Amino acid sequence: MRHLAADRLARAKALVALYPQPRSALIPLCHLAQEQDGWLRPEAMSEIAELVGVTAAEVQGTATFYDMLHTEPVGTYVVSVCTNIACLLGGAQELLEHAESALGLRAGGTTPDGVFTLEESECLADCDRTPCVQVNHRYVGAQSAESFDRLLGDLRAGKLSDTVPAHGTLVRVQRTVGLVADRAAVAAERGAMAEAQAAQAARAPAPAGGGA
Amino acid sequence: MSAKPGEMLIAAAERAGTYIPRFCYHPRMEPVGMCRMCLVEVDSPRGATLQPACFIAVAEGMVVDTTSAKVKKAQDGVLEFLLANHPLDCPVCDKGGECPLQDQTLAYGPGESRFIEEKRHFEKPIAISDLVLLDRERCIQCARCTRFASEVAGEAQIDFAGRGEQVEVSTFPTEPFSSYFSGNTVQICPVGALTATPYRFTARPWDLDQVESTCTACSVGCRVAVQSSSNRLTRLLGIDSDPVNHGWLCDKGRFAFESVNGDEVDAGPLPPALADAMVDVAPATAAQVVGLGASRGQFLGEAHETGLFEHGRLIEPQIRVEGELVSVGWGEALAVAAAGLQGARHAGGASAVAMIGGARLTNESAYAWAKLAKGIIGTDSVDAQLGDGLPADLALGLPRATIDDACAAPVLITLAGDLREELPVLFLRLREAIVGGSRLIEIAPAPTALSGLAAATLPIRPGDAPLVARALVGDEAAVGALSSHPQGSALATGSLAAARAVLSARSEGDGVVIVVGRPSYAESGDVVAEAARVLAGALPKATFLPALRRGNVFGALDMGLAPGLLPGRVSLEAGREWFAGAWGSVPATTGLDTAGILSSMAGSSDGDAVTALILLGSDPLSDFPDRALALQALSAGHFIVAVTGHPSESVDNHADVVLPSAVAHERPGTTTNIEGRVSRLGHKLTAPGFAWPDWMIAAELAGALGADLGVSSANDLADELHLTAPAYAGLTQSVLHSDVAHDGILVPIILGAARRADVEPIDPVALPGVEAVERQGAPPRVGMAGGDGSIDIRMASLVDAPPLLSGPGPAGNASAHVPPADSYALRLVSGRRLYDAGSSVTGSPSLTPLVPTLVARANPYDLDRLGATTGDRVRLRSARGEMVLEAEAAPGVPRGTVAVDFNVPAGSDGPANAVSSLIDSRQLVTDVRMESV
Ligand code: SF4
Ligand code: SF4
Ligand code: FES
Ligand code: FES
Repeated sequence: MRHLAADRLARAKALVALYPQPRSALIPLCHLAQEQDGWLRPEAMSEIAELVGVTAAEVQGTATFYDMLHTEPVGTYVVSVCTNIACLLGGAQELLEHAESALGLRAGGTTPDGVFTLEESECLADCDRTPCVQVNHRYVGAQSAESFDRLLGDLRAGKLSDTVPAHGTLVRVQRTVGLVADRAAVAAERGAMAEAQAAQAARAPAPAGGGA
Repeated sequence: MSAKPGEMLIAAAERAGTYIPRFCYHPRMEPVGMCRMCLVEVDSPRGATLQPACFIAVAEGMVVDTTSAKVKKAQDGVLEFLLANHPLDCPVCDKGGECPLQDQTLAYGPGESRFIEEKRHFEKPIAISDLVLLDRERCIQCARCTRFASEVAGEAQIDFAGRGEQVEVSTFPTEPFSSYFSGNTVQICPVGALTATPYRFTARPWDLDQVESTCTACSVGCRVAVQSSSNRLTRLLGIDSDPVNHGWLCDKGRFAFESVNGDEVDAGPLPPALADAMVDVAPATAAQVVGLGASRGQFLGEAHETGLFEHGRLIEPQIRVEGELVSVGWGEALAVAAAGLQGARHAGGASAVAMIGGARLTNESAYAWAKLAKGIIGTDSVDAQLGDGLPADLALGLPRATIDDACAAPVLITLAGDLREELPVLFLRLREAIVGGSRLIEIAPAPTALSGLAAATLPIRPGDAPLVARALVGDEAAVGALSSHPQGSALATGSLAAARAVLSARSEGDGVVIVVGRPSYAESGDVVAEAARVLAGALPKATFLPALRRGNVFGALDMGLAPGLLPGRVSLEAGREWFAGAWGSVPATTGLDTAGILSSMAGSSDGDAVTALILLGSDPLSDFPDRALALQALSAGHFIVAVTGHPSESVDNHADVVLPSAVAHERPGTTTNIEGRVSRLGHKLTAPGFAWPDWMIAAELAGALGADLGVSSANDLADELHLTAPAYAGLTQSVLHSDVAHDGILVPIILGAARRADVEPIDPVALPGVEAVERQGAPPRVGMAGGDGSIDIRMASLVDAPPLLSGPGPAGNASAHVPPADSYALRLVSGRRLYDAGSSVTGSPSLTPLVPTLVARANPYDLDRLGATTGDRVRLRSARGEMVLEAEAAPGVPRGTVAVDFNVPAGSDGPANAVSSLIDSRQLVTDVRMESV
């Protein structure tokens, strides 16, 4: 059963081809699937496992390690409030509490209408504009309680759709110039690795662990 | 102190006698440095630093302190940290009493915790497979289980999920931890986080009693610690035998002990009267006794005597009276058996008596039965294989490899079924070797668990193996024939060229080990034998592992339980004089194999008719790949004696006399594994009811026949065996009990090769449970080296003894008679599954639910032609019979074939081995028509 749409599947295969070891494409593929569904569905994890040659449990193991990969459904907007030290000094705790009461949930939860998920997060690398908030991993600037309420209203009204794409979207422009992988070089490297392995196998008289 | 190159500090220190505490380190897996329990102080230019001993290799001139104050503080800290979130529910934890966390906390811990906060909580336990439960609160994240799954078993169905203190071992929601090796994770878990359902809450380790033994559920012969309580087996643990199993067991070997206990699955509630009577022995009320599912077996003994429950074992001699089996005493049963056999012999001569089975016996018992059949009764129609093996002279005559040889060989060729299904721990060993660089050429009719690792896979249809073997070794005519062969396209995709390239530098076969078994039971063994002979002829320096799988089949064949053979790997011809001297007489002519015996009984062959049959722990109706013939033979009204521990269709419906025998763990003796390694079996239990060891039944039956087997104990047999069986010369009891035999002894013994194995004390953290029990007063066998361990083997050959079988024998041309494939028919392939309808699985309630559903697997192309797809029902029709199964599209199954598992029932009614109804053992291959229903 295919879960990834045809165009994504094609991109997935292209991504796998970028790496000498297919499993190196695991995380990029997780993002690709998350871009399609907004979160990482089990069906997607199974398919990724197949594409990169690991087990579904290993995909899940990796996915659950990273905060930006969601293995449970999330809202249309994932609102992240940084509570790391600089933001904490700038009132992040108060903002988070305000956000919780404004949305009627605890950090980590999703509103019943499925619009917002609130996250408490570590440093978002925008420490000079505290407390820092991101929506779907896009900076929306330092927020006060009032501006936060406005932000929620704007998001609900769809006013920010230009700056805040659907959850899961990583980049809207695919890079075609500058630092791009040289496919021929990767293919050559893969070939060289396979040859080296074969040569080593031919040389190795006895694998370890033997002994009479 | 010296170390091997690249050796980790923890291992080198241990060899030198310094034990460094550890949790995550396991000597059979890659180090990960997860737990930090092994921190030691290592001198460096910047002063002494704490470093994990499991993760740094020994270097020249290294100075290490393992007991400094700093190290002690680190150990305290690590343990305090591990215990911060540990539930400390030791009183109700199965690991309590043999737990590395308990033991090392006591030995190295701070003794007190400063942690007063709330601990982490998880739902406990959760089932991660049918056999394994996980208690996440107890887990210390050592990654032993996950490393085992990915590194050793090669199926990472469990992995860590989450991060930080929320890390947990986890399966994927739709994929349970269904590995055949899951029990190993339970064994090596250093805490009670993983438990196995068959043992959970059944015992406390200090109440268990232990002997060391060998698993005989298949012919790999893994070393095991067999533990019991109150004459009931409670569990088996793997012991690390370096040449064999590296401490691992498969789940069948580990859990099939339940069939020895023989409990019924659903015994139902006890009637009050009986339950009251049982309150004496139970600490509880009758209701509680019933509620105690796991320990109820302890009370069953009494219930059996009142006849309330049917025991899962045969425990009393029985004879058939007016169609029904009724219990009688041994004397009467033996007299009836002797009269029946004697009658047949008087009427039709010695060859009217035949014997099928013997692979479940110890070597000593097999020898006793061989002596009874061949020396006393005088028949050579004796076969320990049930048409599912290889010609015995081939299996014993091929130059044999050891498992270590196979793992060290640069090139492996497999011409066998799926080794993970048939010989699971051999699969683990070979897999490790292939991942480590050995190159595998696989010749197989269907994909196997090794296919993904093969350097080249040569798909074959039944009947083609000899042709493919010829092409592989460079016979140009065969290469040509293959190009026009229907299978040619698959081979021409380069796999043949790739395989030949792998072999190219080894034209003599040096460094090549060939594993040869039965790729399909719906194809005659003669076809595989021909292919094996082709390979043996073309690669004279190659060695072989014959992949016969029944428990002690190699011991049985070595003891002469095959037509044309005598004990000690000699042929009837070569050994005639020698054994006539030892036994008085031997059969005049070569007898029949199982197929021949059954045909004769069914009246479908000329020559002397077999009219009396001894079933030696065998069930031809399920084991023999031609049910129609077996049924005809057993129903023909001939006299049948069954010597067996378990009921089966053949026994229940057809035996005239049932002689109950002791089974594994109920008698001492020796067993011979796939390599020809003889190792000792532990005697842990008293056999239930009136069951006797097999050798004793042979001796008593000889007496009832008016003869004398000349032995009155298993020791007598062992003493006779090494003096008469040439391949076993020198294998005296003192050798077998000495340190040189710690890992078993390869026969024939090569003089001077007997050296003491490196016996190191067992590491209680690598194998929790084995030593902990040992400490409770069980015989100190495991890992204990006594004396200087050397032993003088004076007599490894017998003067004037006949020569051993050697060489593969003449090539044969069975394949020339394989009928051409007809384009409307599919050739039937039938391989084995680990969990099948054999008595060890059906008698083990934990394993029975794991028997797979029978399906017809075919290439999607062949299914398309019928307009069928996965899930549709199809009818398979052969000249022998027909059956309806669900179809499954399997791209790996070559076109023109259909794969149906052997010895798996098609539903709850009907025969245990459904597919054998389609197979005609007189044909070389079985063709079937597939139709949609
Ligand atoms: S379950 Fe046991 S073996 Fe697995 S990581 Fe946890 S403690 Fe280690
Ligand atoms: S591989 Fe064979 S010998 Fe080893 S545990 Fe499994 S059944 Fe027993
Ligand atoms: S601390 Fe909040 S963005 Fe860096
Ligand atoms: S870190 Fe060395 S044993 Fe765990």
